[in-house]
Amino acid sequence: MTVAIEALISFFLVVAGLFGLVGSFGLIKLENTIQRLHAPTKATTVGVGGVLIASMLYFLLVKGSVSFHELLITLFLFLTAPISANFIAKTYIQGNIRAHELPGTECDYGWSVYDDPPKRIEDEE
Amino acid sequence: MLKRLFPHPVLSIVLTLVWLALVNKVTVGNLILGGVLGVFVPMFTGPYWPRRAKVGGPFRVIEYLLIVLWDILVANVEVALIVMFKRNENIRSHWITVPLELTSPEAITVLAGTITMTPGTVSTMLAADGGSILVHCLHTDDPDEVRDTIKSRYEWRLKEIFQ
Repeated sequence: MTVAIEALISFFLVVAGLFGLVGSFGLIKLENTIQRLHAPTKATTVGVGGVLIASMLYFLLVKGSVSFHELLITLFLFLTAPISANFIAKTYIQGNIRAHELPGTECDYGWSVYDDPPKRIEDEE
Repeated sequence: MLKRLFPHPVLSIVLTLVWLALVNKVTVGNLILGGVLGVFVPMFTGPYWPRRAKVGGPFRVIEYLLIVLWDILVANVEVALIVMFKRNENIRSHWITVPLELTSPEAITVLAGTITMTPGTVSTMLAADGGSILVHCLHTDDPDEVRDTIKSRYEWRLKEIFQ
């Protein structure tokens, strides 16, 4: 029985390690900043998630205590990863890409990096 | 009165649960301390978040979370395969404009986060009036299909949740 438990935990750890490795490899391999953004935001969510599942299983099955710290790490990761990716993308666009290189917005105003937002009614009063 | 005490009731509950998870032990003392945080933090941050977001249908929220979790798993495998086995010359990245029907800031934030976490796409910025979102796709042969998937799979469900 213990062998099965250990195998299960090891499986999650190995999968997590593999995805972490692929994420880091993507950082080196891909060509420009925007493409590189894809590697860490995705490959590492399963990377970190796998370690956390392994940790929860370890405490539950081996130590016999319930641990739900790990859910919080997932929650914080899901909150912060898209925001930091968005910051990096915006900074990159601001410095390296001109408005005409991007597709149009299909609405009345341009992209927020290049165009001012519409005036709000409260601002004018 | 009740509204001033609990400007964001869901936030209060979430904060209490987060506190319990942080200390990793459920005792009466922790529950009370978490409850105090859940009351005071939304009260002090309320002025910066004046409009109360309407979140409807707990089952819809759970359905959405499960779909997104599944997509994240699939996304990881897809992106890993692209990174490992596609030569850089063959990776065709695209900028995709996704016109938005969502108007509430909370809903757009959730959609942008979802796009970043799922299959090979990163949301980069909004139009100045929030009318559309610019998405970068790592590799696709059909940009229109990616746009339609985002609209039908995520935006439609978010519209149901945040209306």
